Amino acid sequence: MGVWISAISQGLLFGIMGIGLFLTFRILDFPDMTVEGTFPFGAAVAVTAIAHGVSPIIATILAALAGMVAGLITGLLATKGHMPLLLAGILVMTALYSVNLRIMGQSNLSLLGMKNLFTGKWMNSMPPYIGSVIFGFIVVTIVVALLMVFLNTRLGQGFIAAGDNRNMARSLGINPDHMQVLGLVVGNGLIGLSGGLVAQSDGYADVSMGVGVIVIGLAAIIIGEVLFGELTLSQRLIAVVLGSIVYRFVIVIVLDLGFSADDLKLVSAVVLALSIILPQLNDRFRLKRTLRKGVSSDD
Amino acid sequence: MTNTQLELKDVAVNVVAGHEVKTLLSNINLKLDQGDFATVIGTNGAGKSTMFNAIAGDLEITHGTIHIAGQRVDRESPEKRARLIARVFQDPKMGTAPRMTVAENLALASHRGERLGLKSRALRAQMARFKAITALAPNGLDEALNKPTEELSGGQRQALSLLMATMRNPELLMLDEHTAALDPHTSQAVMELTQRIVAENHLTCLMVTHQMDDALNYGNRLIVVDAGHIVADYSGDEKQQLSRADLLQYFA
Repeated sequence: MGVWISAISQGLLFGIMGIGLFLTFRILDFPDMTVEGTFPFGAAVAVTAIAHGVSPIIATILAALAGMVAGLITGLLATKGHMPLLLAGILVMTALYSVNLRIMGQSNLSLLGMKNLFTGKWMNSMPPYIGSVIFGFIVVTIVVALLMVFLNTRLGQGFIAAGDNRNMARSLGINPDHMQVLGLVVGNGLIGLSGGLVAQSDGYADVSMGVGVIVIGLAAIIIGEVLFGELTLSQRLIAVVLGSIVYRFVIVIVLDLGFSADDLKLVSAVVLALSIILPQLNDRFRLKRTLRKGVSSDD
Repeated sequence: MTNTQLELKDVAVNVVAGHEVKTLLSNINLKLDQGDFATVIGTNGAGKSTMFNAIAGDLEITHGTIHIAGQRVDRESPEKRARLIARVFQDPKMGTAPRMTVAENLALASHRGERLGLKSRALRAQMARFKAITALAPNGLDEALNKPTEELSGGQRQALSLLMATMRNPELLMLDEHTAALDPHTSQAVMELTQRIVAENHLTCLMVTHQMDDALNYGNRLIVVDAGHIVADYSGDEKQQLSRADLLQYFA
């Protein structure tokens, strides 16, 4: 049972990363590779800050701010440096690897014996993982609620329009470059926050913990879309979090089947690929069935 | 007394193509007064779109000045010029956000050129107004306020683009062959809507068209562009008396 509850907790914390990625991948319509650097960046900043005696809450805020700075740099490289977004993201991601090593002073840093957001009295009074689930749920609720409010403001609508049709946005006086930077800052802020929380939950930060996180984020987004179909934009934010939890369940099942933890990156990639391919196959299959039915009813 | 809404003075646009400098527009002088509705015609490559893009800010001018409603705009970005200019494009897909609903598109357009802040979009409070505005369109747009615009027909989208462009009266309305992608019936309906909105709101309008009949039938000015120059500018009675045959000489 514990492993399933832990999966929910992890799903919620990684769901924040999925939402951050959703802002750029689905609303602004480009894949932001910065994610792979920002996630461990948030983790490194939070864990290092806690290790230096900073309060876990401040450390978590610093993780989010660090992510925002990373997103800002990617945005400026793309808009002011006229660099393709993919390349800008890859450059920042690569640079952050060294930055993270510098911050931690080593390739991984443990929080063993140190207080963090997941080790408080309240957390310890709960059955295993339940406290993490409640805490994750509260953070996710705040993030989703704030984003829902933002997306329904005039600026939020301009942000959506800029991702939908740059040309139309410009003709209405909205600068799509500014919106792109805004999306990268907010999105990476959430990813940094997610990294900071996951590191505290796991009890350590590792310089390589960002490898493959973009696949996990995309899997959360796509699983959410496949499972829940047509939704409003606000509902889609919730679907990303639920997709992230379902993804974690899939990982638990796969590990249960006897796969090793070393296989997880391969499994993540396969899960994402299947999430994209299976609905297409299903559509085709239904089409064929419908056609067959059509023929038989004529008969 | 009339106010000059658009003034192009000695405007030139040169571009570098390989090792050559190519002149796309030269010595363009044009004045539109408040309420002028000018149609612009010319062969492909004559410079109509270049002139349009120069006014809208998509293309930097090499020489001259552009004033709209008395404000010099030729060093401003297209986004900044949006406070003065509203545009409807040739491609119905270019003027609306496809995944946003008709109402959301209209709400955004009602703030054209404004700084967008963190105020609520207040969509519900505006629905009655949007319903009244879209009822002007001939193709049932008022029944589709909650539909994403990607589900609309080309004619509906173009009518929506026009309504969005004129929700806040622009100092200059620019129509770039906005009926070219529509079937003749829909094109006629959108043109009639255009005529009505321009007349009722006393808008200043510049409309590029390839349809000679539209160029003749609509507006009080007709401008002919050829090889990067304005070669004719008809107005008043002179424009009224023009025929297709008169225009054909420019396409010889």
